[in-house]
Amino acid sequence: MKSSNKKWWGMWLCSTLLLAGYYTYAMTQGEEGVFLPGPSSHGHYQIELSCDSCHGEAFDGPEVMQKTCVSCHSAELERVEDSHPRRKFTDPRNADRLERLDARFCVTCHNEHRLEITDNTGVTLPSDFCILCHQDIAEDRASHRDIEFDSCSSSGCHNYHDNKALYEDFLVKHGKGEKTIKQGLLPQRNLASFIRSISDNPESLKPLMTDDANMPAAVTQDEMVLSDWSTSAHARNGVNCNACHMGNHAVDERWETAPAQAVCKQCHTKEQEGFLAGRHGMRSAQNMAPMSPAIARLPMKQRSHEKSLSCHSCHESHSYNTQTAAVEACLSCHNDKHTLAYKKSPHYQLWQQELAGTLPNGSGVSCSSCHLPRETIRDRGRDRIVVQHNQNDYLRPNEKMARPVCMKCHGLEFTLSSLADGALIEKNFTGKPVETIASIEMALKRERTEKKKSN
Amino acid sequence: MKHLKTKLAVIGLAGISLTLAGCNEEKAAVIPSPSGVSPQKMADALFTVMEADRATYTSKVLKRLVKEEKLIKASEHWKDDKALPLPAQMFRMASERAAENSSDFSYSLISAWPINKQNEPKTAAEKEGVKFIEDNPGKRFYKEETLGGTTYFTAIYPDVAVSSACSSCHNDHKDSPKTDFKVGDTMGGIVIRIPL
Repeated sequence: MKSSNKKWWGMWLCSTLLLAGYYTYAMTQGEEGVFLPGPSSHGHYQIELSCDSCHGEAFDGPEVMQKTCVSCHSAELERVEDSHPRRKFTDPRNADRLERLDARFCVTCHNEHRLEITDNTGVTLPSDFCILCHQDIAEDRASHRDIEFDSCSSSGCHNYHDNKALYEDFLVKHGKGEKTIKQGLLPQRNLASFIRSISDNPESLKPLMTDDANMPAAVTQDEMVLSDWSTSAHARNGVNCNACHMGNHAVDERWETAPAQAVCKQCHTKEQEGFLAGRHGMRSAQNMAPMSPAIARLPMKQRSHEKSLSCHSCHESHSYNTQTAAVEACLSCHNDKHTLAYKKSPHYQLWQQELAGTLPNGSGVSCSSCHLPRETIRDRGRDRIVVQHNQNDYLRPNEKMARPVCMKCHGLEFTLSSLADGALIEKNFTGKPVETIASIEMALKRERTEKKKSN
Repeated sequence: MKHLKTKLAVIGLAGISLTLAGCNEEKAAVIPSPSGVSPQKMADALFTVMEADRATYTSKVLKRLVKEEKLIKASEHWKDDKALPLPAQMFRMASERAAENSSDFSYSLISAWPINKQNEPKTAAEKEGVKFIEDNPGKRFYKEETLGGTTYFTAIYPDVAVSSACSSCHNDHKDSPKTDFKVGDTMGGIVIRIPL
């Protein structure tokens, strides 16, 4: 072997060993980030180092990855009556479309690790992608002739998945509506009455006082803790100390000084499911260290960086004051313009008036009124109003928020126009939308024209 | 390998049979298959079930509860309106559910006068078939077609307005390109595809 060849082989061997050493070090010393092909989207960056959460255990290919997408996102897509479900595209008659855009797979549009081309809804396609299938829309809808395809989903008119507040007949039915609906109210939670309605012994859920506190003699009583508990919804509804501190009866009946989240789940199942699916709990759901403001991409207050998120981050132990959880808990961490503008907004003024008792419950608008809204679900044959703790369900595209939240107090046109106004959102809805979205007038005009024709 | 040969034989025979048969009901030959059930027989049987379910829902559920007993409305936006789904929606929902559970066949509803333009005939076989069933009331259309690299036995059956609910609803819909349907008219076609 020539000496020059030996030199090259030697260099190759050294480089290989160095690289192998580097990657072994990275893998074993918590530096797995070097394996990422690129930064992840805002929806997944929290769990980007739990590769198998999305890729499966052996990077098994698109079908396995599709299953992991579906395992987290299918319930929401089903609930919103997804306008483009996978099952529509498996019909062979759409084979030509699949060649242009394989809509059977989420990753076709949501290509992860491509942050530089990812929009705020996690889409990585050019914004005019609707043209791939709807290029001839103007033939069917003359009103769409001069509308650019990159504005389909960016002007408050259409979404790819969730069009529950945007479909044409909905626009016609609700019309422009009032700016603000007098006496509009947000729904109220009803867990306590629900539990009473399904309890075999509703009498046992009577309000408790400090003297009723039930704990083993060996446990030192703390006056502050007792006072906080006595003012809580737990005390008002017969939930005594041992229900949480000795709540894990399946394991044993030891007194737990700091009960685990699993104890909360015994009564707040839906709430915890939402928490674990959302931005605050998704790391815990993947068995990673809980989310902390320190690693958030959104601006967070410096003093919150040491927090580690669990139920108790927002719901303080013992008092479990939901009013605090709905505003002050959010403001203690979040530090973006929208958050900082909240206390100057009309929504906050209403919230203060509700807290002061000058307006009825449901009049005020807290952070969680919009971001963790109340949903009506069927549970054991009864309606339950629960707080959806997965903020992703109502976050982006923000028209998701229109029906469950905004339209309880505002007309459709004001709602959609406001949600389409980025500057107004930054000011936390202090003011009016600059532009009025065109879709409602278009729908109403078409309705009038069709009626004239049929007459 | 044996399985592949059998499949190839079936495809070959199917192709020859259909070419000779000229793709209409009277001439279409029954294509033999190893199981003894030809794609055409399978498609015909599937259609029988689909048509029966569809007609039963339309007359025994929808027409009775909406038109006769006036207990509930039927609506395109049945969830929002707390109403019954329209027969065509029931059909599509079932078709999508079947597609999630089986890749052995697929079916859909198309029409030359669709309320949703996405449901107008698209493939060459669909265009030819819809024209055939319109021109030949009561007859069925069979053809092979290749879509996305897979060859399908495609059958198209007439979708007839079995009740005044069908014709009036389509005639009154603002997105319907045709407004003079009558009971007994062929309003579109049910397409069944079986991959060969």
